[in-house]
Amino acid sequence: MLDAVEWMTWLGMAAIAAPVLLVVFLGVCSLLEQRLSEQAINRSIQAAIGVGLLSSLGVLMLMLALGTRHVVVYVSEWVNTAGFHVAVKFVFDRLSVPFAILSFVLTGTIAVFGSRYLHREPGYNRFFVLYAVFLLGMIMAALAGTIETLFLGWELVGLSSALLVAFYQERPGPSRNGLWIWCVYRVSDAALLLAAVVLHHMTGEGDFDRLLGTGPWPAGRASVSGTQAFIVGVLLLVAAAGKSGLVPFSGWLPRAMEGPTPSSAVFYGALSVHLGAFLLLRVSSLLERSVWLCAVIVALGLLTAVLAYLAGSVQTDIKAALSFASLSQVGLIVAEVGLGFRYVALVHLLGHACLRTLQFVRAPTLLHDYHTLENAIGEHLPRPALPINHLIAEPVRLRLYRLALERGYLDSWLRSYVVVPFVCLFRYCDALERRWTDFLTGARSRESDEVKPIPPRIEELL
Amino acid sequence: MSPLPIPWLEAAIFLALTGAASISRLHNLNRAWHWGVAFTGAVFACTLLASLGFYLQVPAETDAGWCLQQYLFGRPYLGLDELNAPLVPAVALLHFLTAAATARTKMRSYSLTWSLSAEAIHLAKFACKEPAILVVLLAVGAVLPLVELVNRRRPTRLYVLHLLLFVSLMLAGWRLLVTAGGDASRTTAATIALLAAVLIRCGVVPAHCWLTDWFEHSSFGIALLYVLPLSGVYAAIRLVLPIAPDWVLQGIGLVSLITAIYAAGMALVQHEVRRFFAYLFLSHASLVLVGLELHTSVSLTGALSLWFSVMLSLGGFGLVLRALEGRFGRLMLLEHHGLYEHSPTLAVCFLLTGLASVGFPGTLGFAAADMLVDGAVTVNLFAGIAVVATAALNGIAVVRAYLLLFTGARHTSTVSLKIGLRERVVVLTLVALILGGGLVPQPGISSRQRAAEEILEERKGHSNASDRSYPCPPALSSKRCYRIHPTARRQNLSAIPSLLGWRYLAEASPTEKAVCTKSNERALEPVFAETYF
Repeated sequence: MLDAVEWMTWLGMAAIAAPVLLVVFLGVCSLLEQRLSEQAINRSIQAAIGVGLLSSLGVLMLMLALGTRHVVVYVSEWVNTAGFHVAVKFVFDRLSVPFAILSFVLTGTIAVFGSRYLHREPGYNRFFVLYAVFLLGMIMAALAGTIETLFLGWELVGLSSALLVAFYQERPGPSRNGLWIWCVYRVSDAALLLAAVVLHHMTGEGDFDRLLGTGPWPAGRASVSGTQAFIVGVLLLVAAAGKSGLVPFSGWLPRAMEGPTPSSAVFYGALSVHLGAFLLLRVSSLLERSVWLCAVIVALGLLTAVLAYLAGSVQTDIKAALSFASLSQVGLIVAEVGLGFRYVALVHLLGHACLRTLQFVRAPTLLHDYHTLENAIGEHLPRPALPINHLIAEPVRLRLYRLALERGYLDSWLRSYVVVPFVCLFRYCDALERRWTDFLTGARSRESDEVKPIPPRIEELL
Repeated sequence: MSPLPIPWLEAAIFLALTGAASISRLHNLNRAWHWGVAFTGAVFACTLLASLGFYLQVPAETDAGWCLQQYLFGRPYLGLDELNAPLVPAVALLHFLTAAATARTKMRSYSLTWSLSAEAIHLAKFACKEPAILVVLLAVGAVLPLVELVNRRRPTRLYVLHLLLFVSLMLAGWRLLVTAGGDASRTTAATIALLAAVLIRCGVVPAHCWLTDWFEHSSFGIALLYVLPLSGVYAAIRLVLPIAPDWVLQGIGLVSLITAIYAAGMALVQHEVRRFFAYLFLSHASLVLVGLELHTSVSLTGALSLWFSVMLSLGGFGLVLRALEGRFGRLMLLEHHGLYEHSPTLAVCFLLTGLASVGFPGTLGFAAADMLVDGAVTVNLFAGIAVVATAALNGIAVVRAYLLLFTGARHTSTVSLKIGLRERVVVLTLVALILGGGLVPQPGISSRQRAAEEILEERKGHSNASDRSYPCPPALSSKRCYRIHPTARRQNLSAIPSLLGWRYLAEASPTEKAVCTKSNERALEPVFAETYF
C-alpha cells in the first residue's frame, strides 16, 4: 500500500508525464504525417490536461492535509560525469503548485476555446502541436527543481511562442514578428544559460535547493555572497526581462499579437508573459542577498509599468492595448518581487493571469459587446479623459503622446543601434570576402549570384 | 564462434574501395545508385560491428592469431579506441544515409564512386592513430574535392591554393618534427606549421574561403560528406594536441572563437541556402576546436560530444536542405518561399535538426553545449559568453532560414513535392538519433569522457617527458594490441624489460603475453619509443 509521500511522488510524476506524453503523441503523428481528426486532437489534449490538473490538485490536497511545504520528485540523473552533474528533478511547493495549476486551468480553458476558434483552419494540427509543446514547457518551468530543467521548459515556451506568432504563415508580417520575438528570446535564453553555468560553478550543481537554501519557498536562505548574487541576479534579470517583455525588450509584446487569439490569450495575457516574474520569484532568496540588485529590479519593474501604461493608452487595436495592459501589471509584479513582497506578487500574478485571459478571449467580440452595452444604455459609452491630463503642460503632454505612440522608442532604438550595425558589419565582411574570392579565383566566384530569388515553378522545370 | 573478432574495420575499407572501383564501371545511373546504396550499407554494417566489438571488449583479431594488417604491413596501423570507436560508424552512417536519400534528380551530380572513395579515406583516417600515416591520409583526402571540382568543370584555383598551403604546411611540420631531435625551437616551429595546416583544414578565419567556395561549386551531397566528419578536428587531436604547448592551444582557442562568432554572424546575413549552411557548419566546427583548446576534462568531453552531435544534426539538416534543392533547385534566402504546405515533415525535420545543432534542450547537442560553456566559463568568463553568444546567433540563423523557406504565400503545384519514403526514413533515422541521444545522453557522454581522459593523459604524459615527440606509437598502445594487467602496473616496469622493445603483441614472449589482458594500458604511457621516428 502506498503511503502519502509515495502518493505525492506518483501524482507529481503524473502531472509531468501527462504533457510529455501529449507532445510525444501529437509530435510523432505529425512527423509521420498521420492526420488526426480535430476530435482526436481535442480529446488527447483534454485528457492530458485533465490528468495533469487532477494530479496537481491531488498533490496540493496531500500537501495541505499533511502540512508538507516542499515535495521533491526526483526523476533521474540526466548527466553525471566527473565535474559535471545535471539531475532531472521537480519541486512542488507554495510557488510551483499554484503556478502549475494555473497553467493547467488556463491552457485547458483556452484549448476548448481554441478548438472552436480554429475549427477547420488548415493549421489546426500545427497549432495544437505547438500548444502542447507550450504546455510542456510551462509545466517544466513551473515545477523545475534544477536550473537546467527550468531552462528546458524556458526554451520550449520560447520556441512555441515564436512559431505560434508566425502561425498565419501565408503573410510575411507574422513571420517577421515571429523572428523578432525569437531574437529577443535568444538573448533571454543566453542570459539564463550563462546564469545556469555560473550557478553550477558556485554550488557545484544546478539544484535550486543547493543554491537557494533548503528551506521551503519562500523561507530559503541563499548561500552565496552579495557580489555573486548580484552577478547571477543581473543575468537572471536579463533573462526575465526578455521573456516578460520588460524594458528594453518591451517592443516584442504587441508584435506577438499577430498570432491567433487563443495563443495570444494564454501566452501573452496569462502565462508566458509572467514567466520572467515567476523566475524572479523562484530565485527571490538569491535576490535578497543584494540590495542593489533589488533596487535595479524595482526600478526596471516600475519603468516598464509606466511605459506600458503610456503606450497602452494610445493603442487603437484591442489586442495591442491589452498586451500593454498586461505588461504594466507584469512590471508592477516585478517591482513587488524586488521589494520582497513575494506572496503579494504571487497572488497578483495569479489573479492578473485569469483576468487578462478572460479579456483576451472576449477581444474578438469587443465591438459586439460595446454595441450591446450602448444599445442597452441608449447612448455612446463615456470616454473620460485621463485624470492627470490637466496637470501636464501641453508640450510635455505632446512629447509623452509621441513617446507612447513610438512605444518608448525601444524597438527603433534596438533596430538602429543593434540590428542595423550588426547586419551592416557582416554584409560588409561578406562583400570583402566576395572580392577576395573573386581575386583568388580570377573570375566571378559565386554561382549563387545567378540564382533567382524565387525558384521557378516545378511545372516550368519539367 | 563470435563474428566480432573478424577484422571488420579493414573489411569496411576494402568494401568501400571495391565499391568505388565497381561502380565507376557502371553507366546506368539507377543501377549504380542501387549498388552504391548496397555498398555504403555494407560498409556501415562492418563499421558498426567493429565498433560493437570494441565496446564489448571482444579479443582483437591479433589474439585470434590472425591479423590482416599485420599480415599485409607487418604491424597494425588502424584500430579503434575510445575516441574513434563511435566516430567511424557515424561517418559510415552519413555516407549510407546520403546515398540512400539521393533523389533521382540528383543522381547525375552525386558521384557514388567519389563518395565511396572518400568514405574509404575517411574511415582509414579516423581509424589511424599513427601520425605519419595520418598525415599522408589527410593529404590524399584533401585532393578529393579537387577531383570533384575538375569533374564538374568548376573553378579550382582558389581550392588549389588552399590545398597547396595545407599540404605544404602539413608536410613541412611533419618533416621538422621528425628531424627535431629534441631541439625545442624546431619542435615549436613544427608544431606551429602543423597547427596552421590543421586550422586551414578546419577553415578558420581568414583561411575559410575554400569551404564556402566548395559549397558553391560542388554537389551538395558531396560537399556535405567531405566536411561533416570534421577531419581537421581529428587531425588536431592526433597531431597537435599531444605535443602543442599551452600557448599554442590558447592561440587555437582564440582564433577558433573568433571564427565561431564571425561565421555565426555571417550565417545570419547570407542570401543563399548553401552559403548559409557553410557558415553554420564553420561556426560549429570552430566551437568544437574551442572546446579542445580549453583542455579541461569537462570542456573536452563537451567538445567531443559536440563533434558527434554536429555530425548527426548538421548531417540531417544538410540532407533536408538537399531534399529541398532536389525539388526547387538552389534556394535564396531573400523572399518567403512558403514551402511548408508542400512538405510539413521536411519543415519539422529542418527545425529539429537545425535546433539540435545549436544545442536546443532535449536534443543531442544540449548536454554537449552545456558542458562546453561550463568548461569555457571555468577558464575564462568572456570565452563562456562568446560561446553562448555564438549559440544564440546560430539559433537565430536557423529560425530565420526556417521562416524564409517554409512560411510565405503557398503556391499550388500539380506535382507532389511531399517527402519521399527513402528521404523520410533517412531523416527520421537522424531525428530519432538526435532526440534519443538528447533524452538519454549519459552513455554518449560517458564514452566521450573516457576519450577525453585518454587525450588528456596522453598530453600529460607528453608534457612530463623530456623530449617533444609523440608518445609510444599510438598503434602500439591500441587496446587491440596489448594491455598490461593491473598487477603488472603496480610492479616496476623493469620487471618486464622487453616491454621497451615491443612492437606489437605477436612479438611478445609467452610470459609477457601472460601479463597482457584487457584492462589498463596506462602503464605503457611513460614508455617512449625512441626509435619511432
